[in-house]
Amino acid sequence: MDALLLHRIHFAFTITFHYLFPQLTMGLALLIVVFKTIALRSGNELYHQAARFWARIFAINFLIGVVTGIPMEFQFGTNWSQFARITGGVIGQPLAMEGVFSFFLESTFLGLFLFAEKRLSPWQHWASAFLVFVGSWISGFFIIVTNAWMQHPVAYRVLPNGAFEVTSFWGLLTNPWALLEYAHNMSGAVITGAFVMCAVGAFYVLEDHFLEYGKIFLRVGVIAGVIACITQIFPTGDLHGKYLAKHQPAAVAAMEGLFTSQAGAPIVLMGQPNIEQQTIDNPIAVNDVLSFLIYGTTKAEVEGLDKVPRDQWPEPMILLFYSYHIMAGLGTYFVLIMAIAAFLLWRGRLFHARWALWPLLLSFPLPYVANTAGWMTAEIGRQPWVVYGLIRTSQGYSKYVSSGNSLFTLLGFMGLYTLLSILFVVLVYRIIESGPAPAPAADVAQKVTA
Amino acid sequence: MGFLWFWMVAVMLVAYVVLDGFDLGVGMLHLFLARTEQERQILVRSIGPVWDGNEVWLLATGGTLYFAFPLLYASAFSGFYLALMIVLWLLILRGVSVELRTHMNVTVWRSFFDGVFVFASALLAIFYGAALANVIRGVPLHEDGYFFLPLWTNWRTGAQPGILDWYTVIGGVLALVALAVHGALYLAVKTESDLQDRSRTLAQRLWVLLLVLTIVSLPASMIVRSDTLANYRAYPVAFLVPVAVLLALLGITHFSRKGDDVKAFACSCAYLTMMLVGAVFGLYPRLLPATTGSQYDITIAKALSGPYSLHVGLIWWAFGMCLAFIYFFIVYRMFRGKVSLDGEGYGH
Repeated sequence: MDALLLHRIHFAFTITFHYLFPQLTMGLALLIVVFKTIALRSGNELYHQAARFWARIFAINFLIGVVTGIPMEFQFGTNWSQFARITGGVIGQPLAMEGVFSFFLESTFLGLFLFAEKRLSPWQHWASAFLVFVGSWISGFFIIVTNAWMQHPVAYRVLPNGAFEVTSFWGLLTNPWALLEYAHNMSGAVITGAFVMCAVGAFYVLEDHFLEYGKIFLRVGVIAGVIACITQIFPTGDLHGKYLAKHQPAAVAAMEGLFTSQAGAPIVLMGQPNIEQQTIDNPIAVNDVLSFLIYGTTKAEVEGLDKVPRDQWPEPMILLFYSYHIMAGLGTYFVLIMAIAAFLLWRGRLFHARWALWPLLLSFPLPYVANTAGWMTAEIGRQPWVVYGLIRTSQGYSKYVSSGNSLFTLLGFMGLYTLLSILFVVLVYRIIESGPAPAPAADVAQKVTA
Repeated sequence: MGFLWFWMVAVMLVAYVVLDGFDLGVGMLHLFLARTEQERQILVRSIGPVWDGNEVWLLATGGTLYFAFPLLYASAFSGFYLALMIVLWLLILRGVSVELRTHMNVTVWRSFFDGVFVFASALLAIFYGAALANVIRGVPLHEDGYFFLPLWTNWRTGAQPGILDWYTVIGGVLALVALAVHGALYLAVKTESDLQDRSRTLAQRLWVLLLVLTIVSLPASMIVRSDTLANYRAYPVAFLVPVAVLLALLGITHFSRKGDDVKAFACSCAYLTMMLVGAVFGLYPRLLPATTGSQYDITIAKALSGPYSLHVGLIWWAFGMCLAFIYFFIVYRMFRGKVSLDGEGYGH
């Protein structure tokens, strides 16, 4: 196995596993603030308890996110040192700022939020929750700025020693790519949070246990979910896609499986790319739609892979094709299920509609799949570049770290992360099963009306 | 500019060692100091709300290093590949074990996580000490600014050393003992009665070992690098640093015996700070010396980022550090005083 491939898998594996956790952290942080806000305004103890319940899950999720996040920053140096050396002057900036502005904030106020509720006034406790939310969302922003620069380098110059330097700090932070990617990514995180919350709510309602909480979770989860699911496609996904088509046409061609450039390009809903014959097997396609989605007119010409030199194809192209289709397909499903749930909630029928609660219970893994597939689309779509158009991935890895060393540590991470997964599932399931603490009698009396 | 960023990174590193140092110390000692489950909970709770924030200094230091000295980051991180990966695994094990032990209601798993916590904390201290010793000793840098070190070779220093050799092992053991003392002194501040007495006694016993190792470390460094004292000879006023190290050491035992735990802990902070300042001063203006010839040394000038980035960085860095200071002030104020088990927190 060659070193480049192993270093790529090393990063891909550790980042994929890592991002399973922050997406829930960021989504849940927002929803916990919602609970705390309602609790503060209404004085309803149920919402305080709901916040405490989710804080327990949040704490474990946050922890795994933190411990699997440290290897990410380190790996720029350990496995991708040639890349780190020449780009440190640019992307080192957002990465350092993440540590300084986000991690201190998050860790401090999470400590207060989890350990000091009794020492703080209700308002101060709300503020801790809010600052944890702000911290986690700032953290996401700096990471997106880093990634966006690799996708779409702006505001840089090359120094005499070959290293890159920022020429405009604000230019780097307001990279249009970063703003689009951030909106799309954060709404994706809220989708994960919303689906997880709905699943727990549906579980309690179907089980007829912790019923008040189940209803609260469903209500908050469905409302947040329907907003985020629609935002995910329009405007964030739509705008991001158009920007992508403008700046990374090769990525779009490969994502859509468009081998030949054509006017009135079709969108392939399903099919298997056949690279050897440059066609799609078993295609289910709709004519003209791709042209319309990108250019707003059905007759526009869309560039296909035939315009891209073979050594600049995003590889593995077939994985890119499937990642994109899984993401888009699931995104459509999310809108559908959340729209139905929101309608039922509005009509006051959701809590009795078992046929709708079951899919809500079982769908929670899907946003994880969709978010992962989305990131794979972005990262494979950028290939063969580590910094688009400037540095090839093959020029970025640590040349003195042999493939044997890389595989050794990759296997180590795989083993360790397997253990973490088991622990996480066991502990979170136990929290869900034991449920929120019962609210004081006085408050149960003023139950939420369903 | 390079001078400034060199010392800014150094300050962050000192903050990391002093802060995370005591929770590493508590981590390696808690199993031996506590006799009951309740006592163990007190010890874990003494660092519960702060260890994560302390560890952030490592990430922030790493990020700042990457930003200000990309060549150093790239070269050192890939060159110490295996050691760093092990450090990452230990950090994962440690974070998981300290947080999850409290979620376990079965004694067997609690004991398991306690064991993991001790193991990971102790090994981390050793690796950190060894890492610093590696930097002092130097590494076999190639012309292109990179190197790769195996974990060990023949345990000797020389042109082709391993990450572990006799010198770096001394560094590792020194760090282990220093952080154990640091942790025990912290516990003496945070606990009461029996537990406090035991913490003090342990700190005082380990102190003797720390004194010996500290004194050994200086000639050892001079054997490994004959020019260790070059900067000191150029600026004799710097000899105050080793003097301060000794005074801090004496202060630890003096105040600990008097039962003035806060001052003893402060002396321990000063000791760690001065040891690091002493080492860093000896290096300046090198960031990573080469064993293959001084023309290959990674120096500040060679590794420094572009001027614009560094100017902008100065502004947000200063602002960010003020914020961090405020956060730490709030947290340590909120959790000041002795630890008690009043059932606070969400089942933690």
